Amino acid sequence: MNLLGKLTWAAIPIDSPLPIISSLVVGTAIVGVLGWVVVKGYFPYVWREWLTSVDHKRVGVMYCLLALVMLLRGFTDAVMMRTQQALAFRSDGYLPPEHYNQVFSSHGTIMIFFVAMPFVIGLMNFVVPLQLGIRDVAFPTLNSVGFWLTATGALLVNISLVVGEFARTGWLPYPPLSELAYSPGVGVDYYLWALQISGVGTLLTGINLVTTILKTRAPGMSLLRMPMFCWTSLASNLLIVAAFPVLTATLAMLTLDRYLGFHFFTNDAGGNVMMFMNLIWAWGHPEVYILILPAFGIFSEVIATFSSKPLFGYRSMVLATMAICVLAFMVWLHHFFTMGAGADVNAFFGIMTTIIAVPTGVKVFNWLFTMYGGRIRYEPPVLWAIGFIITFVIGGMTGVLLALPPVDFLLHNSLFLVAHFHNVIIGGVLFGVFAGYTYWFPKAFGFRLHSGLGKAAFWFWLVGFYVAFMPLYVLGLLGMTRRMQHYDVAAWRPWLLVAAGGAALILVGIVLLIVQLVVSIRRREELRDVDGDPWNGRTLEWATPSPPPVYNFAVLPEVSGDDAYWTTKQSARDAHPPAYGPIELPRNSPTGIVCAFFATVMGFALIWHIWWMVVVGFFGAWATFVVFAWRDQVDDILGADEVERIDRDAHRGTRAPALAGAAA
Amino acid sequence: MDRPCLPVDSSHLLRAGRRLMLFAPVVLTACSGGVLDPRGPVGHDEVQIMGDALAIMLAVVVPVILMTAAFAWWFRASNTRAKYLPDWSHSGQIELVVWFIPLLVILLLSGVIWTGSHTLDPAQPLRSKAAPLEVQVVSLDWKWLFIYPAQGIASVNSVVVPAGTPVHFSLTSASVMSAFFVPQLGSMIYTMNGMTTQLNLAADRPGTYPGRSSHYNGEGFSDMHFALTALPPAGFAAWVAAARAGPTLDAARYQQLERQSVNVRPATYGSVAPRLFDAIVTQRLAPAPGPQLATAATVQPRIPRTK
Repeated sequence: MNLLGKLTWAAIPIDSPLPIISSLVVGTAIVGVLGWVVVKGYFPYVWREWLTSVDHKRVGVMYCLLALVMLLRGFTDAVMMRTQQALAFRSDGYLPPEHYNQVFSSHGTIMIFFVAMPFVIGLMNFVVPLQLGIRDVAFPTLNSVGFWLTATGALLVNISLVVGEFARTGWLPYPPLSELAYSPGVGVDYYLWALQISGVGTLLTGINLVTTILKTRAPGMSLLRMPMFCWTSLASNLLIVAAFPVLTATLAMLTLDRYLGFHFFTNDAGGNVMMFMNLIWAWGHPEVYILILPAFGIFSEVIATFSSKPLFGYRSMVLATMAICVLAFMVWLHHFFTMGAGADVNAFFGIMTTIIAVPTGVKVFNWLFTMYGGRIRYEPPVLWAIGFIITFVIGGMTGVLLALPPVDFLLHNSLFLVAHFHNVIIGGVLFGVFAGYTYWFPKAFGFRLHSGLGKAAFWFWLVGFYVAFMPLYVLGLLGMTRRMQHYDVAAWRPWLLVAAGGAALILVGIVLLIVQLVVSIRRREELRDVDGDPWNGRTLEWATPSPPPVYNFAVLPEVSGDDAYWTTKQSARDAHPPAYGPIELPRNSPTGIVCAFFATVMGFALIWHIWWMVVVGFFGAWATFVVFAWRDQVDDILGADEVERIDRDAHRGTRAPALAGAAA
Repeated sequence: MDRPCLPVDSSHLLRAGRRLMLFAPVVLTACSGGVLDPRGPVGHDEVQIMGDALAIMLAVVVPVILMTAAFAWWFRASNTRAKYLPDWSHSGQIELVVWFIPLLVILLLSGVIWTGSHTLDPAQPLRSKAAPLEVQVVSLDWKWLFIYPAQGIASVNSVVVPAGTPVHFSLTSASVMSAFFVPQLGSMIYTMNGMTTQLNLAADRPGTYPGRSSHYNGEGFSDMHFALTALPPAGFAAWVAAARAGPTLDAARYQQLERQSVNVRPATYGSVAPRLFDAIVTQRLAPAPGPQLATAATVQPRIPRTK
């Protein structure tokens, strides 16, 4: 028996330079950064304060960082697809099918699972406890484990670039193409284990945030006083808890087919591919709302704050959010109207799908009336929000169009569909996380992002989006199917060239976001957020210093109305010196990163059938948990004096006069 | 797949309705075999529904976009003439209206969905005096096999039908999932091994309409296209007669055909092994093989792209 399973030198794609070069670049960059950290002596700090941190703010920031890095990888795939299709008119282009098919598969997988998900989860992690007025999430160490398992999945996807191959089956591996008979390589296995491991992480995070929101709010923070973002986070995490087990089970069945000769979805021996379609979309459609609902929450916060008004129709918004949360589970069949389900079934799911447009429409109108009578300050977050409203109603409209079965019979699997879901995912989710990123950045790091560069990035993204994706609507109407590696229809070509131009504009937008970050770090002193409330905010996160101390609130706030911090500011109660007490803090723990290390080993070994290494990885991860469970000291205690010292330092800019007055 | 661009005649315009003009910029290039240039009753009706639904929604979407722009502009902080309502956060009347507007739109659309799903159900026979032509379709990696059970002939990557006559397709797959789609005739439908799906289409007039697999199915996907040719009835009879002179699609030839290959030249068969389609559907013929690995390779081999 081979000690390395299926792994041989043949797995390294020496003959195709592109992945080798790109991974060498990425590898050098990673080693360079690590080397720099070690040489400069920062490693102990990074290890103690970040890698092993269980602070929800640090974990949230690391989620967002992972998402931004993976965005670059996913966008590189996008550029390759756009250039390939621009070139491949009556020719093979520069990417052969076996490579092109991996590119679009990894693009979708990365953008959904390792960009959109971690970005949204990162923001929820960072913001929700602050908005609820509490010190951390319900299970801080579990939170860290969730993040590191997500990172494991991302790492496995990137390893597939150099060792072996990635799936060539699309972002959802439809059987029987993904079965061993038609995909004998390791590509699908990389997909399966990357998603299984990161899926566990996502589920843990979902449980954690649901518990946090339902059980650990600040005194007086009743459910109907929660900021809108907390409501949408609650809905999103309820969906995670309900839907991700379905994904795990579905992928586990495909795994059993591939590894142990089961026949859940095979052609032969009674397997049924239609079952896979139903199961994967029973997860897949709620997944869409898992991503978009928190984005809706971000826009609600941003529009209210920058209009200097409360959110219009708060109770309607809560109702609409929860309606979407429930309806999300009743529409999955619209992803395969063309499978021949019959008129009654298709009509039912078509109607259910369009019904979701009702609460969504209500939200749009409520955002409009939040702006009505406001004083809108045009900072980058609000630009993203307004760009979102206009873009999203267009995407929603094409979505309802596709929800009509007779129309879907014409446009299913076409570039019209591709344009639609990019319209709502870029125009909705991505614009949302960018709005949230600019909005909460000063809270996380203590200085604002450069406004001019942020506005420039917004305009390039917005225009780039329209130039890149409106042609795809046209191409779908011209009969172009998605995922084509080459084509010979002359009428498609001009539109594909325009779309490639749009991708170039988006590239400028991404570069500007990076430049904005670099420039803002260099000019952090002039962009400093001294009082912790740079936007004149309305919710409790703005009551803390920027960045907030590890315990968030020196004294837990008492909430006595909607828009908790706004009310406080209006009545200026904060001038009194608080009564400090000792604070229990969860201890930082390497459980997450160590567990993820073993999970990576196990995943890699499973992909390559290195069974001894599977055993090592599994017991390593299990032992990590045992060690954690046997820990002697659960919490660190921060004494009242220490809390008072930190709090006075943090508030020196704003509260010094008040505190001095009180002391005298 | 360039072909001469037929002028759009007036009856077509009347049928598709003036709402088609909403797509005016697209119509200009619609002679590329797209869905907005329908050449059969199914496609016509589906484009009509698309136009209707779009018009209903634009009646709300356009005002919303204009309102967004107007509110965002007028209530900018620097506009001193705009009123400021710092505490205004709900209004029963407005909230009633914002729930009812989308609800009314959806009520209208639900009617369209219910009737459209039933009249345009792919399995629904088309209304016609002529008896439908039966065609059995098998998707293979990566080509299309068409079997004419009544005529006893078959063809690969080319399907010929009489114009003006409804065609009833029964479809299955010998290997992975694919989808049968002729954009100008309307509805697509999936093909799956061990199962049969039904599709009814018709071409109004003679012509050649490009068709392809509209579901990704592996390495040869981009080359998995075919031509649907509609001939006048006499021409169809002549084509059938000519096809009968071709070779027999027997077990050996089918086994050759079901292996993975791309760019297979269109061909006809004069006779077909009896009940071949049923044998594929019921899996008496085992599903077609996938890629053949020489060794226990870990990376899927390249498919030879020459034929």
